[in-house]
Amino acid sequence: MDIQKKQLLEFYQQMVTIRIFESRVCELFAAGQIPGFVHSSLGQEAIAAGVMACVEKDDKVGLHHRSHGEMIAKGADMNKMMAELFGKATGTCKGKGGSMHIADMDLGILGANGILGAGYAIATGAAFACQYNETKDIALCLFGDGQSNRGPFHESLNVAALWKLPIVFICENNGFGLSNPVKEHLATDCVSDRAAAYGIPGVTVDGNDVLAVYETTLEAVDRARKGNGPSLLEFTTWRWHGHFEGDPAVYKDAQEQEEWLKKDPIPRFAKQLLEQKNATQAELDEMQAKGEALVDAAVKFAEESPWPDVSELFTDVYDRQM
Amino acid sequence: MAEKKEQLLEMYKTMVRIRTFEKEAIDLFAAGKFPGFVHSYLGEEAIATGVCANLKDSDYICSTHRGHGHLIAKGGKLDLMMAELYGKSTGYCKGKGGSMHIADVDLGILGANGIVGAGMPIATGAAFACKYRKTDNVAIAFFGDGASDRATFHESLNLASIWKLPVVFVCENNGWAISNSQENHQNITDVSDRATAYGIPGVSIDGNDVMAISEAAEEAIKRARKGDGPTLIECKTWRHRGHFEGDPGAYKDPKDQEEWLSDAKDALVRVEKKLIELKYANKADLDKVKADAQTEVDAAVKFAEQSPDPDPSEVLTDVYTV
Amino acid sequence: MTQMSYMEAIRDGMRVEMKRDSGVYIAGEDVAQFGGCFGVTAGLYDEFGPDRVMNTPISEAVIVGHAVGAAALGLRPIAEIMFVDFMGCCMDELHNQAAKMKYMFGGKAKVPMVVRTPCGAGLGAAAQHSQCLESWFTHIAGVKTVMPGTAADAKGLMIAAIRDDNPVMYIEHKQLLGLTGDVPDGEYVVPLGKADIKREGSDVTIVAWSWMLQKSLAAAEKLAAEGINVEVLDPRTLVPLDKDAILKSVSKTGKLVIVHEEIKTSGFGGEISAIVAEEGFDYLDAPIKRVAAPDTPIPFSPILEQTFIPSEEKIIEAVKALF
Repeated sequence: MDIQKKQLLEFYQQMVTIRIFESRVCELFAAGQIPGFVHSSLGQEAIAAGVMACVEKDDKVGLHHRSHGEMIAKGADMNKMMAELFGKATGTCKGKGGSMHIADMDLGILGANGILGAGYAIATGAAFACQYNETKDIALCLFGDGQSNRGPFHESLNVAALWKLPIVFICENNGFGLSNPVKEHLATDCVSDRAAAYGIPGVTVDGNDVLAVYETTLEAVDRARKGNGPSLLEFTTWRWHGHFEGDPAVYKDAQEQEEWLKKDPIPRFAKQLLEQKNATQAELDEMQAKGEALVDAAVKFAEESPWPDVSELFTDVYDRQM
Repeated sequence: MAEKKEQLLEMYKTMVRIRTFEKEAIDLFAAGKFPGFVHSYLGEEAIATGVCANLKDSDYICSTHRGHGHLIAKGGKLDLMMAELYGKSTGYCKGKGGSMHIADVDLGILGANGIVGAGMPIATGAAFACKYRKTDNVAIAFFGDGASDRATFHESLNLASIWKLPVVFVCENNGWAISNSQENHQNITDVSDRATAYGIPGVSIDGNDVMAISEAAEEAIKRARKGDGPTLIECKTWRHRGHFEGDPGAYKDPKDQEEWLSDAKDALVRVEKKLIELKYANKADLDKVKADAQTEVDAAVKFAEQSPDPDPSEVLTDVYTV
Repeated sequence: MTQMSYMEAIRDGMRVEMKRDSGVYIAGEDVAQFGGCFGVTAGLYDEFGPDRVMNTPISEAVIVGHAVGAAALGLRPIAEIMFVDFMGCCMDELHNQAAKMKYMFGGKAKVPMVVRTPCGAGLGAAAQHSQCLESWFTHIAGVKTVMPGTAADAKGLMIAAIRDDNPVMYIEHKQLLGLTGDVPDGEYVVPLGKADIKREGSDVTIVAWSWMLQKSLAAAEKLAAEGINVEVLDPRTLVPLDKDAILKSVSKTGKLVIVHEEIKTSGFGGEISAIVAEEGFDYLDAPIKRVAAPDTPIPFSPILEQTFIPSEEKIIEAVKALF
């Protein structure tokens, strides 16, 4: 596939920005500036960057508890995201949601989700609405390997396949369902093996290779947009941190962790860009600096933002206040 | 040879008893003799019979809303079953359950079930208990093609597979999920394709061929008893009646219905032909089996009709074990 | 008697029963080497091995559903659901299967299982990880609901829950896991359905459970300084409910305040109010008061969450309004 230089640089910009954002969030959480639960996507940046480059603003995305990266790549405002993580009034959810519930309906981001596997049915419904309204929009549903064992996976893929809905199911197989390694929670080698159960295409691809992610997703998105129904994609990767910040992940094999850290998707792609002369080191440095500046600004925005007024506790419960 | 003859005759008797019971039950229901919902097993007799012929008394089954056949094949008493349909105090559940909840825990019958797909987790748990206790008992989960779309199917087969539980999942694909044909509720032709998703063997067989079912069940049960884990068996059959008694089944194509009810396809007629062809029985023998079954069913009806209603005080008992 | 935390007491209760009865086992997400999301099962895997402390996939329906089948065959499963909020993922297995099997089958089955699950706000865990939902379960005939508020009760009620022949929802509170207290050694059983007067008093009865018990006790101390002598009654189990103890206390004090962390509408306080209104109306010399969370989902932002959670101040205010 011939990918334009602009797009290649965009991949890199997204990945480094996500990396910087997530690293900063972890620091802020450890420093006690962010309350609640934070699930870091460090190490999984290539998936967010590669996948979201395949969709348009009006396409819909159902997400999970570890999805800051996808939101940033889908175009979410990092200032508002960071403010939401702080619980400030200026956050995407006015401070009512926090990390696990960030959403931006204007960008088709139907929310992170605190319930593992709750995104399937919601994304399936969004795809149904796209089909019903005869828009050309599609839906993406992202989830982890652990979540693929939940009942709604089965019900949603069955219905999506039956109704040929414009949706792509994307499994980020990061090796663990919380503390449980894949080989202990999954009865097959690949999550994509499950596509056979619904009569849809299923494929497993290296999730630390942003180009492979992009090309695979592009094909599935195209299929969905043409009305040919869903696909099940599996991108294999590795969760660098524990399940949540504060989880020391003692269940990981130290050697395995080390090997995966060497497969870091960002330097890997940087090397490619440099070797193929699609970018200079100066350009890469510039993108890094841009990411830093964006995240610095987001933290500053969050810190300077006001807390919600306590009266906000009672608003937004029903569409019209009772 | 003698063994095979005896086995086939025994299975024939079970099938005749099921058919006779079911015909009587639908007539009685139409005559207003008992209330509630009745889901007829007519046409599917070979499946319960062929599977349960391989079970010991100490094995377990989880049945469905269409459960009379499973209960009879596992050794359920016709008089206690009929009394339960009548809601009498002598019924299997003292009249508290009715058609959809008949159970005999002593016979390993963990209940019919009013919730489609609810038997699979329970059978998985029963199989877990068999393994935990280091017995060689097994559990069978009967369910329909419709139930194979439920979340519980997915979670149960995955868990049973990774824990290598002694359970056999028997899908009775009767072509209909209530009024919804298979092609309208799933994007696959063979439910057994779903075994791939759990890394277990899956087979599809003629659900009106009691010998084929018995052989497939024998192999799967043997595998389960040995500790090699679950199997998914799909038996393709046809529901002679509507979903429930009172449902005219107007959604069926009359040609399909006629074909499935023809002598060439009917499970019972096929066994009769086989018995005669193999000279295991003559027409008089078969007539005697039918007459005996009718006598037994008549006695069950008499028992049910003459039994007392439960005492109203029974409404408050059996809620908790004290 | 050993001083231990509420979390250690829950674990000790499970340990005692696992040693006593080989049919007791634990299954749930991350309960094995990881020790459970909050660490409650820590060490039990090493002590009892992989056959008795088992990780499951993220599959709540089959976690609870398999427990029903195993219990029907006589085992005594302890199924862990990581947060009570996730019970929605397996509600059919509880309310249509576990709860009804005995009755539907005419008494010929028993389902001795425990679903252990944490509840409660205060961690900034937002709307899907912070709820108190006990009234979901008290509304299901066939299920018992247990909510310990002290370390000793956590152990004694756990043992009773495991020994009980019915499905029991054992709901522990995240904020109490670190609370310490003296806990009797060995087979210490707190019978289900027996309330405990945690503080004797004569002027007003507070009925409170779980975290709100601790808040009510703290409020009672402050009120004592102002001359109001509060009796604090912990029902400990909501089903079965020791209504005699509640009526007796109200007959003594003439005033009733019910404190719970569930939202007010259809919260269990409504049930207790109705019982006292029906059966103890003559004892009352003031209206019944309920202190509960407002009818909203649980907000994330700390300032909003603190406003949501019933506070000592609100309890004090409610009590004073009766005088």
